[in-house]
Amino acid sequence: MTLLNSFAELVQRPGLEPEAETGTESRPIKVDIRNLSLYYSGVQALFDVSLAIPERCITALIGPSGCGKSTFLRAINRMNDIIEGVRTEGSVQVEGRDVYSPNIDVVALRRRVGMVFQKSIPFPKSVFENIAYGPRISGTGNRRVLAEIVERSLQRAALWDEVKDRLQHSALALSGGQQQRLCIARALATNPHILLMDEPASALDPASTSRIEDLIFELKKNYTIVIVTHNMQQAARVSDRTAFFFQGRLIEAGDTRGLFTKPSEQQTEDYITGRFG
Amino acid sequence: MTDRAQVSTVQPSVRGWSGRIFSTACLLSAWFGIVVLVVLLGGVIWQASGWLNGHFLSSFDSWHPEQAGILAGLWGSLWLVGLTALISIPIGVGAALYLEEFAGDNRLTRLIQLNLANLAGVPSIVYGILGLTAFVRIFGMFHGQPQVLVVPLFVADLRIPLPFGRTVIAGALTLSLLILPVIIVAAQEALRAIPGSIRHASLALGASRWQTVRHQVLPPALPGILTGVILSVSRAIGETAPLVMIGALTYVAFTPGDITRPADIVNNPQGVLHAPFDTFTALPLQIFNWVSRPQPEYQHVAAAGILVLLIVLLTLNSTAIVLRHRFQNRHRW
Repeated sequence: MTLLNSFAELVQRPGLEPEAETGTESRPIKVDIRNLSLYYSGVQALFDVSLAIPERCITALIGPSGCGKSTFLRAINRMNDIIEGVRTEGSVQVEGRDVYSPNIDVVALRRRVGMVFQKSIPFPKSVFENIAYGPRISGTGNRRVLAEIVERSLQRAALWDEVKDRLQHSALALSGGQQQRLCIARALATNPHILLMDEPASALDPASTSRIEDLIFELKKNYTIVIVTHNMQQAARVSDRTAFFFQGRLIEAGDTRGLFTKPSEQQTEDYITGRFG
Repeated sequence: MTDRAQVSTVQPSVRGWSGRIFSTACLLSAWFGIVVLVVLLGGVIWQASGWLNGHFLSSFDSWHPEQAGILAGLWGSLWLVGLTALISIPIGVGAALYLEEFAGDNRLTRLIQLNLANLAGVPSIVYGILGLTAFVRIFGMFHGQPQVLVVPLFVADLRIPLPFGRTVIAGALTLSLLILPVIIVAAQEALRAIPGSIRHASLALGASRWQTVRHQVLPPALPGILTGVILSVSRAIGETAPLVMIGALTYVAFTPGDITRPADIVNNPQGVLHAPFDTFTALPLQIFNWVSRPQPEYQHVAAAGILVLLIVLLTLNSTAIVLRHRFQNRHRW
């Protein structure tokens, strides 16, 4: 139980759990997933998953590789649609609307639900063009407005001071950590309400990782964040709520503090103490 | 100890020898191509010297070797290649985009894919027969009663003969069929080289499929697509067999649309509209014709013609390479 105790210390670090005492269950539900099942060309990847994601919280999805947490994340902004042969059952409600109903505009949905990938993938263009791409394709043509959006997005992603003098330089010249923050800024530029992050720091060095974590923590004031992570410490450090996935099933979800200190399922405890996975 | 010493002295020298033999063989093969090319070019230039002059470039073919010129073939080939590029590039790139970016992986697309690979290997004479039936005669639909379709445009009337007959447009359509599979396959390769993560990133930002292709996939794929286009259009310039098959003329004393100087393109809009529907000859046909004539002087005329063909080819190629290079610099990964 020593590992559990160290997690307990981690989640009780002052200043890192302002919501922990008040409880996150009372917050309004931003994304409501009910009985979600998903099949990749007939092979079931998610089994009847139900999870409510409260507003302006960080929800961490943890679990061993291939447990379906990334699939679950992509189901929220319908990125699974791109993969051929995917069938989805159940409902995903984002801000009260079922995103799988036939009259939903997927393009509009993805603007409201931003996404950051594991690997930072800047477009082979300038820093400015990378951020301006989202607003531009949704019809913002005015150069001044775009410049404002670019500055605001970069500031929110804590990158403005580092790149303000090289907005016209190639985004590929930035360091790995900067590129990932650029991708976050790019996702913020379309003014989303929800941010989905698929292991955003797993390819970064510890210093960059901690910057990203600080940023994520800062962003939750304005955004609802769902983050997939392999890193238990990261989940314990940044998230308010944690959901543990195993073999396509949601095993346990709850306040991060409770889940890490007093997991109610044996599988959860085995996983977070490193006994498997 | 002695064994080891032997191993260490013998083996490196054997290895060194075989390595040296191999690298020499590679060097020889590299030089073989260069030497052959230089000998060939040198022979052609030597044969053509004195024959490739202003008169040769500005006159039509003649039964007197010293009066023969390349004008008809030059303009015929330029029209042919221009129209071929105009037809095959949009269709080829469009087909590649559809297959790579929009079509799902089903039986139909796999069938198309398989056929493309096969079509790229079909001999050009077969395309010639196809072109003869499909474009020159339009499947005999007009039963020996040729018609002229008149489309009034604001500068002049566009007169389209039906069936096309032995015209530039019939030749260009035939050559387009010939090079389309190569363009499509090359463009598909270029599109496949763009990482899928770029597409996902764009889609996740709320871009539609078309916007993703237009802004994130097509621009970086363009250099690769251009390479395929350059290679196949170059092939089209040199093609002779399909043109013989569709019955392009060999003795021609006019240019398509009577356009003989670049300035005519601006001054003679009627001629420009008429040119695609005119009969024609092309550089390789003209050269072939000269080579087969009995008078020995025509060998020199043919050599001059080969030089013109090579110069046209190299000019088009280097323009395309310069263009490709500019695109490449703009979209460095």
